[in-house]
Amino acid sequence: MSKVKIPRKSTVVDMTAMTDVAFLLLTFFMLATKFKADEPVTVTTPSSISEIKLPETDILLLTIDKDSKVYFSMDGDQNRITLLEKMAEKYKLTFTPDQKKAFSLLSSFGVSIKQLGSYLDMDAEKRKSYKQEGIPSDSLNNELADWVLQARYTNKDLRVAVKGDGEAGYPVVKQVIATLQDKKVNRFNFITSLEKADN
Amino acid sequence: MADIDTGGGGGKKGKKVRGKKMSTRVDFTPMVDLGFLLITFFMLTTSMNKPQTMEINMPVKDENLTDDEKTKIKASQAMTILLTKDNKVVYYFVDAKTGEPGTPLVTNFGKAGIRATLLKENRMRNDRVDSIAIYKEQLQSNKIKEEEFREKVGAIKAFKDGLIVVIKANDDSKYKNLVDILDEMNICNIGRYAIVDITPMEVEMLTKTPL
Repeated sequence: MSKVKIPRKSTVVDMTAMTDVAFLLLTFFMLATKFKADEPVTVTTPSSISEIKLPETDILLLTIDKDSKVYFSMDGDQNRITLLEKMAEKYKLTFTPDQKKAFSLLSSFGVSIKQLGSYLDMDAEKRKSYKQEGIPSDSLNNELADWVLQARYTNKDLRVAVKGDGEAGYPVVKQVIATLQDKKVNRFNFITSLEKADN
Repeated sequence: MADIDTGGGGGKKGKKVRGKKMSTRVDFTPMVDLGFLLITFFMLTTSMNKPQTMEINMPVKDENLTDDEKTKIKASQAMTILLTKDNKVVYYFVDAKTGEPGTPLVTNFGKAGIRATLLKENRMRNDRVDSIAIYKEQLQSNKIKEEEFREKVGAIKAFKDGLIVVIKANDDSKYKNLVDILDEMNICNIGRYAIVDITPMEVEMLTKTPL
């Protein structure tokens, strides 16, 4: 039998096209990425069929974790500094420029204003392991109300969003809603995750 | 080829020093590897979807409001839903004649539970609710415009004698229950509902009701 000789083909593939695609996608994802701000607590939001999207800017976010602690966050670095100055004035406290800088970079926090200074002095690692008590929001010492009020003075277009854990108890939710209503915030949003209506 | 002669004013003649011709091909494989590694990283870290939200409108709290000015609703159209522990829902109606609260009924969340009741009660008082589903279909098949849809649905939901749901949660209930019941309001097309603080009478009613 005669052997059929298969002509050998080069195994080298032109990678240029693949590189092009890879870097195109890379560029896209790099530009589209907005890193998730690291939150002090993980919150599992309840699901709803609502499909309204939350705007990205001018958001005051109140996070309620499953232990019913309230955390506060607001976007805009400059706004946060102004807010801290206003709160400092109200509570007769002073913050160093370093602390203000730290506050402007902070994503969300849940400490009372008295502890805020020492909390801001910590470095990022320490802050993570620090056990936050939540912002006092009860009727005796309602710091949350002041935060909300001053935040609204700082940024007029602010929308309030409440991101609660499904397991958070109702009393704290009621407290937060009452605080918001008290500060004339009658429209606010509950952040939920998407669910399909089963009907 | 496209060499530039840098010989300079005809000095040496003859022997040109030529570098060895190297292939211009570069092995792209590591670069592609790196590219895809980074793509994978960014794909996994990207959070594309913006969070969903539910809009809540609370009435303006006005301390100066007298009892006469407060919104009055007819007993026959009000339904009170109480949220309590273990994801249970208790609801009752107020008797239109006597003004006494009726027997509380226990149910749960879900299709056969509170949703069935809400749909039934809503349909009974507002016979146009069913057309919302038709409008929704028309909207999906682009037969009507979004504004038109909103206007029509809004008109149906604002029906004066329609069902009004009063939502009250006791301290044992979870935030999830509140979101769930608000979600049911959306699903069942109930236009008018309010979140109200629970009264002592209702707390007592809950303790008496076997869950």
